[in-house]
Amino acid sequence: MENNHLVSITDYSKEEIFKILDLAADFEKNPNQNLLDNKVIATLFFEPSTRTRLSFESAISRLGGKFIGFTDSSSSSVSKGESLKDTIMTVANYSDMIVMRHPIEGSARWASEVSRVPIVNAGDGANQHPTQTLLDLYSIRKTQGTLDNLNVYFVGDLKYGRTVHSLLQAMSMFNTTFNFISPEELKIPDEYKLFLDKKGLKYYEHRDFSDIISHADIIYMTRIQRERFSDPMEYEKTKNSYVLKNDMLENTKPNMKVLHPLPRVNEIHTNVDENKKAYYFTQALNGVYTRQAIITHILGLKK
Amino acid sequence: MEMNDKKLQVSAIKNGTVIDHIPANSLFKVINILGLDKIETQMTVGSNFESKKLGLKAIIKITDVFFIDDDINKIALVAPEAKLNIIKDYKVVEKKVVEVPDNIKGIAKCGNPKCITNHEGIIPKFTVVNKKKVAIKCHYCEKITDSEHMKIF
Repeated sequence: MENNHLVSITDYSKEEIFKILDLAADFEKNPNQNLLDNKVIATLFFEPSTRTRLSFESAISRLGGKFIGFTDSSSSSVSKGESLKDTIMTVANYSDMIVMRHPIEGSARWASEVSRVPIVNAGDGANQHPTQTLLDLYSIRKTQGTLDNLNVYFVGDLKYGRTVHSLLQAMSMFNTTFNFISPEELKIPDEYKLFLDKKGLKYYEHRDFSDIISHADIIYMTRIQRERFSDPMEYEKTKNSYVLKNDMLENTKPNMKVLHPLPRVNEIHTNVDENKKAYYFTQALNGVYTRQAIITHILGLKK
Repeated sequence: MEMNDKKLQVSAIKNGTVIDHIPANSLFKVINILGLDKIETQMTVGSNFESKKLGLKAIIKITDVFFIDDDINKIALVAPEAKLNIIKDYKVVEKKVVEVPDNIKGIAKCGNPKCITNHEGIIPKFTVVNKKKVAIKCHYCEKITDSEHMKIF
């Protein structure tokens, strides 16, 4: 069987994306299926990411599979100076698939070229995190009934937010209208605006997080991190300007949902949690179904 | 020997290749890419000539050396307007322009310090995303490097 990897969301066509989303819907109805009996999946986390790792390990466990791996590189031979290539080639001998998170960009693509088992990228630096993108797409389709012609608002750190960039790339296939709300220092990079220009898609940039969200079908919140600011004064000034509070949701559309890749710090006030429009915890649950779908699809266990 | 003879000696070659319209600041990159530091035939290099198009340009004349198109197109990254004259018996028998290739491998370094190609011994691969104002996209980290930030091996 030719190896198929999932390194970048751009590896998947529209049809493959729909295939994954349909499989995920099937797992949502019936999460415990023993499809990974006798299979071993390696989860190699060269940097810690508790949430993503637990989500994968939960998906593997619900499929009846076993997992091996490490939770950060200090507990692996990487700390002895082993190259990524050597680690991957070795672990490929012990497993049927490698799920990896690595701080260096392009590491997953490189791994996919040296591994004899499929690689699933669980995040490579600021580059790609395709399983997050697929679970975001699943959450959007599930709540909106479609992926087509939606009005999506991204809020917060749009410069470094890899989930934003990947979701933007994926949603660009569905005639989305984009709205970008961010401080000047963290605005969406020009290369993504050029990308949308080329596709002929509409987008709007805003500095104020205000009642413009009344047109939104999806609000995608992200965390603004202090270390992203060159000027700490600027951070102090902006940190409270991009916080979603419950009263701001009053005039939003009834179908609107608030998404967030988590972890949240203070960018969504806890008083939003009880609102029916808050969807981020269900979104995290969808991550398990989506990862079940990805694993079984890649291993050819689910037609 | 008179001045004129000296001038003649450096300006004409009998057989070989003349590469003209190299931006002066890309001269040594071109030399590197084509491996001209290793050739053993006569080579004349001139730099910082005035050029209307390029500001300052450089020119290289290499005796008895002819390039294949794939090799010569590699310099398109740093000298997209370079022109080649193929000389046989003191006459220009062919003129060539360089063409920016669709894909490049192993010539440029990825400009992203966090890219895996800058951490493990991997030959970088790129797709060219802009041929006019040369910009290349890394096959690994997917970041775009423009000609200003491009480093040549």
